[in-house]
Order: sequence, then structure tokens, then C-alpha cells
Amino acid sequence: MTSHFSSDLLVILRHGPHGSSLLRDGLDAALVAAAFGQRVSLLFMGEGVMALVDDQQPDPLGQKGTSATIEMLSMYDIEAILVEQTALELFGLTPDELMLPVRLLTGATLSTLPTSHRLVLTF
Amino acid sequence: MRYAILLLGAPYSHQASHSALRFAHALLARGHSLDAVFFYHDGVQNAARLAAPPQDERHVVDEWIALHAEHGTSLEVCIAAALRRGLLDEREAARHGKSGHSIDAPFELTGLGQLIDLGQRCDRLITFAP
Repeated sequence: MTSHFSSDLLVILRHGPHGSSLLRDGLDAALVAAAFGQRVSLLFMGEGVMALVDDQQPDPLGQKGTSATIEMLSMYDIEAILVEQTALELFGLTPDELMLPVRLLTGATLSTLPTSHRLVLTF
Repeated sequence: MRYAILLLGAPYSHQASHSALRFAHALLARGHSLDAVFFYHDGVQNAARLAAPPQDERHVVDEWIALHAEHGTSLEVCIAAALRRGLLDEREAARHGKSGHSIDAPFELTGLGQLIDLGQRCDRLITFAP
């Protein structure tokens, strides 16, 4: 099951999209890795799932936001967009409220995910 | 084993820098090697040449420099994260028309590609985050 999600690099995004720039910096690292030819998986955990909410308006915050970057992921061949299902439920969200199709993970599939990646970066 | 460290926390704001330094010394004491520390996000503040903490506090910037001097660990700073936060070496300061610089050797400004390269090259890349 986990081998299904296996790739070179797993980037874990566990901070919200606007409270700090950690999530944006994590996405940037993922894009650079993909541009270097690495196969990249993204895992949105905790508050990180908020970055996937559709139709965000970051401009009033004075920030660039992350949604434009997330929309570009497929151009970088980053197709493995994984989401902690419990976090999504915690924020009262459903997959159809997200800006792109994701794979929901729970329990053992989630906890063994890092072992199927050679490198894990946590933001 | 060959190690590298990714540091995302600013010194004096978060535990991350202190833990990363302790981890660095612990792994070296056990006979492993530390290829590089990569400073990203607020971690770039660890490279501030002008840092002047009170005398009864640890000088984190100097401790990184000592680590480089004693063990040859390279100190790599993400250029995009650094420029945003006013951390420029002499060359970048000149390029951006600034009157002073805030990063010196042995810290080196470099790109995120270097982080990915470290991840491939080393046996372990350990992240210290706020």
C-alpha cells in the first residue's frame, strides 16, 4: 500500500498558509527538488490542509499566498498530493472544497509514509 | 555516517538553533561527519555577522563559525530567504546598492538546489524547525 506513494522526497507541510512563511518555503523546496528531476510527494497535515482550500484571497493580508504555487504543482510533475484525513475533518472540510484532487490518508498508511521515501523534509 | 542539518529557526527566538548545535556536536563526538548546515526560512538569521548577544548568553553565530573551523562543516545559507531578511554578503550588498553587508565567510549564500543535493549526498538530513 505505502509503496504506491513511494518517491524520492516527501515534503510534509504542517503549518497554515498565512500565519508564517513555513508552508510557502516548503513548497519552494518541493518545486526545486522537482525541477532537479526528483519525484516528490507532498503531505498536508494539521493546519497545512488549509492551504488547499479553494478560492483564497491572500491580498488583503499583504502576502503573496501559496495557492498560485499549489496550482503550478502539476506543471512540475508533482502529482502525489496527500492529505491527512483527520485534519481535513477537524477543520470541517471535504475534498470537494479543495482546489485540486487529493488522496486522503489515515492511520497506518499515514504513519508508514516516511519509510517509503529516501528523504523527508518537514515544514 | 554522513549527516547534514536543515535549520529553519532563528537564534534567540526558538530552541531550533540550540538543539541543532547540540545535535551537531553529539554526532561529531560519535565519529560521524557533518557535511553541511543549510540555513533556510528564519534559520538564515543564524548567519547574521552583526549579531551582538549579551555576554552571559551563548553566541550562536560564533558557535557555527567554530563548528566550521574545527570540523570543516560548510555553512550554507538560502539566498532567497536571506535577501528578504536583510542578510547580504559583500557581493549581494554591492549588487543591491546597500551600504553594508551582514553575512561573511564562512557562511555562503547558495540556492535551494544545494539543499536537495545535500539530501541526496548525505546518509541523513535532519530538520530543526521552530
